Amino acid sequence: MKVLVGVKRVVDFNTRIQVKSDGSGVQTDGVKFSMNPFDEIAVEEAIRLKEAGLATEVIAVSIGGDKNQDTLRSALAMGADSALLVKTDDEIQPLMAAKILKNLVEQQQPKLVLLGKQAIDDDANQTPQMLAGLLGWPQATFASKLEIDGDTAAVTREVDAGLETLSVDLPAVVSSDLRLNEPRYIKLPDIMKAKRKPLEVIDLADLNIAASASIATLKTSAPPQRQAGIKVESSEALVAELKARNLV
Amino acid sequence: MEANNNHQNISQATTDEIERDEMAFDYLIVGAGPAGLATAIRLKQKNADLTVCVIEKASQPGMHSLAGAVIETAALDELFSDWRQTPPDVWVPVTKDEFSLLSASSKTPLPLPPQQRNHDNVITSLGALVAWLVEKAEALGVEVYAGFPAQQALLDEGRVVGVRTGDMGLDKQGSPKDSFQPGMDLKAKVTVLAEGCRGSVSKQLIKHFSLDKNSQPQTYGIGIKELWQLPPGRVTPGLVQHSIGWPLDTATYGGSFLYHLENDQVAVGFVVGLDYQDPRFSPFEAFQQFKHHPTVKPVLEGGEIVSSGARALVEGGWQSLPTMDAPGVMLIGDAAGTLNVPKIKGVHTALWSGIYAADHLVEQADSAGWDQAFRQSPVAKELYQVRNIRPGFQYGLWRGLLNAAWQTLTRGLVPGVMKHHEDHSALKRLSEMTQRDRQWVERDLPPRDRLASVYFAATEHDEDQPVHLQIADPDICTSRCAQEYGNPCTKFCPANVYEMIETEQGRQLQINAANCVHCKTCDIKDPYQIINWVPPEGGSGPNYRNL
Amino acid sequence: MNKILVIAEHANGVLNSSTARAVACAAAIGGEITVAVLTTGSCDVAAQAAGLEGVVSVAELTNPGNAQALAALQAPQLLEISAGYTHVLAPNSTFGKDLMPRLAALLDRPMVTDIMAVQDARTFDRPVYAGNAITTVQVDDDGLVLATVRGASWPPVVQTQAPVTVECQTSDIDLPAHTRFVALDGEQGDRPDLQAAEKVISGGRGLGAAEHFALVEAVADKLGAAVGASRAAVDSGWVPNDLQVGQTGKIIAPDLYIAAGISGAIQHLAGIKDAGTIVAINKDPDAPIFEVADIGLVADLHEVLPALTEML
Repeated sequence: MKVLVGVKRVVDFNTRIQVKSDGSGVQTDGVKFSMNPFDEIAVEEAIRLKEAGLATEVIAVSIGGDKNQDTLRSALAMGADSALLVKTDDEIQPLMAAKILKNLVEQQQPKLVLLGKQAIDDDANQTPQMLAGLLGWPQATFASKLEIDGDTAAVTREVDAGLETLSVDLPAVVSSDLRLNEPRYIKLPDIMKAKRKPLEVIDLADLNIAASASIATLKTSAPPQRQAGIKVESSEALVAELKARNLV
Repeated sequence: MEANNNHQNISQATTDEIERDEMAFDYLIVGAGPAGLATAIRLKQKNADLTVCVIEKASQPGMHSLAGAVIETAALDELFSDWRQTPPDVWVPVTKDEFSLLSASSKTPLPLPPQQRNHDNVITSLGALVAWLVEKAEALGVEVYAGFPAQQALLDEGRVVGVRTGDMGLDKQGSPKDSFQPGMDLKAKVTVLAEGCRGSVSKQLIKHFSLDKNSQPQTYGIGIKELWQLPPGRVTPGLVQHSIGWPLDTATYGGSFLYHLENDQVAVGFVVGLDYQDPRFSPFEAFQQFKHHPTVKPVLEGGEIVSSGARALVEGGWQSLPTMDAPGVMLIGDAAGTLNVPKIKGVHTALWSGIYAADHLVEQADSAGWDQAFRQSPVAKELYQVRNIRPGFQYGLWRGLLNAAWQTLTRGLVPGVMKHHEDHSALKRLSEMTQRDRQWVERDLPPRDRLASVYFAATEHDEDQPVHLQIADPDICTSRCAQEYGNPCTKFCPANVYEMIETEQGRQLQINAANCVHCKTCDIKDPYQIINWVPPEGGSGPNYRNL
Repeated sequence: MNKILVIAEHANGVLNSSTARAVACAAAIGGEITVAVLTTGSCDVAAQAAGLEGVVSVAELTNPGNAQALAALQAPQLLEISAGYTHVLAPNSTFGKDLMPRLAALLDRPMVTDIMAVQDARTFDRPVYAGNAITTVQVDDDGLVLATVRGASWPPVVQTQAPVTVECQTSDIDLPAHTRFVALDGEQGDRPDLQAAEKVISGGRGLGAAEHFALVEAVADKLGAAVGASRAAVDSGWVPNDLQVGQTGKIIAPDLYIAAGISGAIQHLAGIKDAGTIVAINKDPDAPIFEVADIGLVADLHEVLPALTEML
């Protein structure tokens, strides 16, 4: 079973986000970028499937500029077998990303696509579902457990009401949630080995994918600051206030 | 995994039962700062066939790097011919220097000391410079691995044969978690320690080989820095401003810097000599007070902090340089202590020491003779010339300034070397110091407190890992130290790592290790020398942005 | 005139309040609001939707495949009925997040996730970078607008109007068999999950000792709230790591957040900035938490918490 896993290069989760004063976006100079944490979990899961003898090959793919090669090298160092970069300097929104991934799926014929449930930059949470929709495949989003059994997968999903288990036929798209696994630490010799693993770069234009309708970002602003409210004098007054505001 | 303040442990690698991966290189460099990267780059330039590995504890090179930073660029000319077309991301040529004396309410211009003339120098960010150097190093085939701290030196029959990287995935008690990944042994013909000020492996080996037996004690300062984004129109790109005086008393060495960058940014910072005496003194608070000086506050007000951090720096100069080699190992840059204090610059000397170290290795293929080679270099002459300036400030600001003028006039030709004392021994007991009124003001500029400052440092440590600030005897903290010094760790730490908290069992020391910004001040200034800073899990620590 | 379709979220015959929140967003966009209810045939939920203030009609789609809300089965049904609408909205719950992008892909349309505010019918504010920045985005062609609605930003519309008509429609399209529901394991443990809870009470160093955390737990049980903690409380070993709220712990957005004995370091505030109402109880009047609290009480926790447990 071939597994395709998508990785996005994002501003590191630990970076304090600062909005540019002209509203054109967030500051990225001097900022650390790393693999989207949910994607890291997806890569880890793919590698565990391979280690368990359930997957035969893990292909990591990314879409973006040359710097994404670093992100793909991290996936290779974690244990992916090969990597594919669809190169573009354009902003890629989820629908377009899904179409690109669909194209790669058609070329590579994986039986499972593992993606992070969302990227921590745009927080869109769309690409896995869109890809599944475009392919007409089953989708199992927000996965916290994945068990492959022949041509089906049992996936436990973290939904608002609790833990939902789905059974889906393969091929399928699965998106990872935080509790699916804890990604491994990359070993130094594996970083060296990763430098010798195949990493193919394809120009987006060569895939001949028609442009999709997209959403325009007019401006980016800092979230409003919270202000101090009222002070109450006693426990009784606090309870009364909470009741008045329908909070209890 | 051992507590390495016991130096006998450091060679006992073989007794460890965990099976560890091993890799070998021609040369191994610990620390991706200016010194280590200059060595790596020069080595590969001179002999492309060499295998050169640089390891770095930060999650990404540059994330732990902090300096003023106004730098001299000749060392870059030495390394690269065409670098000026594509300089580092932060690069503002100095246009004007100002030096002044502050009182609580006023500012008096002082004549510019010649060492502080910055014509031809450039304001940069050490983080940006490091990122830039890493790209050049990797292009030459240097292997740079970030997120891998050197935990301990590996010794074989009295020779350093490499380092062991830190274990990953240990829980708070030191037991392996599911994700456990043992550190590995990296071996090399020569290991070059470029850890920067108070490097943890350097500290082990200086002790092990008694490299400091012929030198004066190393002395240090703490530098705290913030990068600010200001409303448009306030900055004069290229303007370099330094001050001495308020908020420090005349017995305390230190001063401020305010560097005007492009894009409405300024780098503002404060350096305090760690030989200060008052156990109640807080360098962090002094810096925040400086920002509220009537001539400084209007610059910052209404702006926002982009990033903040702190780092100890070496101030001992020439006479504190330890022997810079031992079998299989070389010390370079601030791991040895090459900073030029009167110039308040260490980046160029670090770069040069890295270049010389590489040249030495290319010629000798061994560590032996490095100490001698360095001491004959132009940088050593530069340090020798100014050797007696900083020590004069032990006698207070005014005598220090007079001495500095004298030393400058005589170009350091008057023979003799002034002595240093260990910084921690300079601290006076509470009973010996009356609490002074420092005329400090109510603050309203950010950060509100040290925790807020840590937030701007974006420091991150997995909470479930062994505490990397090892206290040899915590009882001292609650008994003797509380009485004699009032727990100065709770004051000198710029990241609020140390707190004394009231519990039902009485007062206890709480170590907020996750706040640590790796400045090493505690390891230096603790009066009982019972704090040992060891590297936490690889990739932990601050994530500075252009500091 | 906008024609807005709001997809209802429901379970066990009960309309989820997230639907009424999405209707509130639809009302802000302005236009004729229809609620789509996908069921197996029971009319309970549709009747509830019909009473939501501002709803003009309810379209009930019945199909045996709707026993559970599976995106792969529901997206094709919605594809059938979405023609003629200018907007399709769903709650930004796991239900809506699962379903809407799949529907958008079938329609070959982009989608807006997590609407916080409506600027105009095609221009919206939405959070990015975990709420650390807000973007104003626009669907700048004239095609269908698809979006999910951030619950915390929209108070639910009331369910008091005279019920509008429910149009029942049986969907007879073939639904895929590749996705099968197996089980739903409801709430874990006695208390709601910290990340999903509508009410959270957290304790900090002000509690003084591990055993005093019971005071917080007692209030939590009374309120049906989840329990959280500040880093200081976690570091002191009073509670496990996974209760930590803040920058390095959980980032949460409950309707009600009670901070008990928490000073409110910036790291902690980063984890609660999207909370609805913040209540702070602390004996230190200068604690930074009061600078962001909607309701503050300067008092001793050890008296206040038992009193709250008593009165709530």
